[in-house]
Amino acid sequence: MTEQYFKSIKELPTESWFVHGERSCQGCGEALATKIIMKAIGPSTIVVSATGCLEIISSPYPYTSWAVPWAHFLFENAAASASGIETGLRVLMRKGRLPKKKINVTVFAGDGGTVDIGLQSLSGALERGHDFLYVCLDNEAYMNTGIQRSSSTPYAAWTTTSAVGKVIRGKPQWKKDIVSIVDAHRVPYIATACPTYPLDLANKAKRGVEVEGPAYLHVFCPCPPGWRYPSEKSILVGRLGVETGIFPLYEIEDGELGLTVNVPQRKHVREYLKIQGRFTHLNEEEIAKIQKRVDEESEKLGLGPRVKS
Amino acid sequence: MAKRIPIEDSYAASLAVKMANVDVISAYPITPQTHIVERLSEYVSNGELNAEYINVESEHSAMSACLGASAVGARCFTATAGQGLALMHEVLFIAAGNRLPIVMTVANRSLSPNISIWGDQSDMMASKDCGWIQIYCEDAQEIFDIILCAYKNAEDDRVLLPVAVNFDGFYATHVIESMVVTSQEEVDDFLPPRKIPSFALHPDHPTSWGAVGFPAIQTEIKKQLEDALRNSKSIMNEVWNQYGRITGRYYDIFEPYKTEDAEVVLLLMGSSCGTARIAIDRLREKGVKAGVLKLRLFRPFPDKELRSFLKDYRVVAVVEKDFSAGGLGGHLFSEVRTSLYNLKQKPKVLGFIAGLGGRDIRIDEFESVAKKALNIVNGKEKMERDFMFLQVRE
Amino acid sequence: MGEECKLKDKPTIKELPIASIIMTPATSRFYKTGDWRSFRPEIDKNKCIRCGLCWVYCPADAIIRTEEGDYEIDLDYCKGCGVCPEECPTKAITMVEEAEV
Repeated sequence: MTEQYFKSIKELPTESWFVHGERSCQGCGEALATKIIMKAIGPSTIVVSATGCLEIISSPYPYTSWAVPWAHFLFENAAASASGIETGLRVLMRKGRLPKKKINVTVFAGDGGTVDIGLQSLSGALERGHDFLYVCLDNEAYMNTGIQRSSSTPYAAWTTTSAVGKVIRGKPQWKKDIVSIVDAHRVPYIATACPTYPLDLANKAKRGVEVEGPAYLHVFCPCPPGWRYPSEKSILVGRLGVETGIFPLYEIEDGELGLTVNVPQRKHVREYLKIQGRFTHLNEEEIAKIQKRVDEESEKLGLGPRVKS
Repeated sequence: MAKRIPIEDSYAASLAVKMANVDVISAYPITPQTHIVERLSEYVSNGELNAEYINVESEHSAMSACLGASAVGARCFTATAGQGLALMHEVLFIAAGNRLPIVMTVANRSLSPNISIWGDQSDMMASKDCGWIQIYCEDAQEIFDIILCAYKNAEDDRVLLPVAVNFDGFYATHVIESMVVTSQEEVDDFLPPRKIPSFALHPDHPTSWGAVGFPAIQTEIKKQLEDALRNSKSIMNEVWNQYGRITGRYYDIFEPYKTEDAEVVLLLMGSSCGTARIAIDRLREKGVKAGVLKLRLFRPFPDKELRSFLKDYRVVAVVEKDFSAGGLGGHLFSEVRTSLYNLKQKPKVLGFIAGLGGRDIRIDEFESVAKKALNIVNGKEKMERDFMFLQVRE
Repeated sequence: MGEECKLKDKPTIKELPIASIIMTPATSRFYKTGDWRSFRPEIDKNKCIRCGLCWVYCPADAIIRTEEGDYEIDLDYCKGCGVCPEECPTKAITMVEEAEV
């Protein structure tokens, strides 16, 4: 399914438009995803960032990591601000005050800024059908403020506001299914991606800006300090998330869903959970619950069967 | 060729926005501004106004969409009132701090609780510190003229600040008045399309907006905005003079009425000035020398001009439709009083809070205020803390 | 590129650009995150098959792909996260402890 704009790593441009010298943690999944996305979509882009990790690490005055025009306004209004940018460009070009040129309007927001506080703004922008790409960099918590729970935090995960104790053991709720919410808006293009699969990510980002109308890209971004694993494992954690079926990679184009990375035999979720400190407290019952849920979701998506543990 | 037409005040606002050839309108409904955005929708749908109309999903997003559109160089407009203004509170600071020349009309409406659709000035006063230029208008003509001037002022390179054009909900939205329409040619000449700033968001010249404001720079950032706001006053006067030369209608920071020999001056903003002037006429028939000073510019606050004008009066009675809970009366009263504090010779300044939630301030109530003010300055009456709530049924 | 870094982190009010907008793109290249690391990666060119995985996976964008197609660590920016040796398919990269200064 995925349009193959880039067929090999060598085809990704050497130039970067999300530039080094930024202040992300060692091994940051968000920084990596953003680097790849910007190489894929190129410099004819205006970026809006919601408040969050990416915004903070990329703009410590007077330093900016952005080689493209970039704006950070507030936490919950990135999609609304992007709506204004997209509209402003369209009318100025129509009136001849700006030369006609394809300019990608792209939002980068975290899970908090998308699934919680930014949900209204996102929904409005999607419903109105603005031509923009919305990228949710999902590190599964409010990481920038110190690892607090968001509705995108997975079931049973430790965070500082879903503490693990005798009475409550981590987050009681399941991860909010934002992709289904976005899908309900009937937008032309939705995809999930992970920087462990860089060509898949690059092609989806490129597709997102090529498609006319709203495009939504949900990116799985492992976070060493937040998920509690050593920084060198960031790529591995992403890989295991995909190979266990916890974070399946697919796209929905004009309502039609297709897997882009097939997993012929899913690993047991234990492989993914055990290397992250945020899950070390899980007992067998909790792991089984997670596995059951992943089995159900994977079957619906058409992922392969699980390997017998 | 200018012509005189009957028009509902709201539609006068819409007409000004249309004639200003705005590029982007960000619309969310709230009583009593809704007519403004409704008429604009008709203009856009009919092709009478070549603009984009964004039906946002909340007032917070209404201002947020303006941020984006203005940052790329578009001329933007939005309208709100009451709770809507309260909801966009944090975004107002962003608009001013990012020096975006957005113009917004506020149909001043009472803040909840309880829910009130009716007019008072509490909404804008609750957000008065956001860094916007704030002007208060009285009638259709003023609303129309001030909106056009607001764009010219806002977009001036020396200003680059957003402007809130305030007028009383219902009193100055849902009444039909007579107004002179400036011709489109004159408007086009006065207000050409917005010049896109060299630092606007565009790939040809990438800039980064909204970086982290470390302690090392936040002081300078805030002071820079303050300086810009203070300096904008002189450009506002330039713009008003230019508009006056074209139309014959000159606007100023404030407008006196029968104040030359007044012993008591009522100081107000907005439509109740009209009622107050009638009260002044009646008082003068009864031998009371009273006058009205209508204040138009609230931010930047014209303390210098007020000091200069008010210093020799005996008593000034500030009448306003707002108050600071637990504070020192109305916002306008506090600022007028503080402006005059250092004068060796100064009038007694008294504050009167009335008209909350759309309760009419009657002519006789204005007369009572003037008489009470004189009694207090003549020692015949006392007023604790120098301000009081009128109209409260005890 | 190569111009003097005139970035002021404590500008006077006159030096502060309007709305504190950063008028030049990509100024973070003047901030060398390389001094964060405790370990640095070293590529053994004999084992390197030039697959490019280290380059694409580097979260700090601290690997340079030369025109000849070789890969080099950009020590100005490398934070020493350890991803590149972990992902190198031929184990051509090793992490070496930085000496005490």
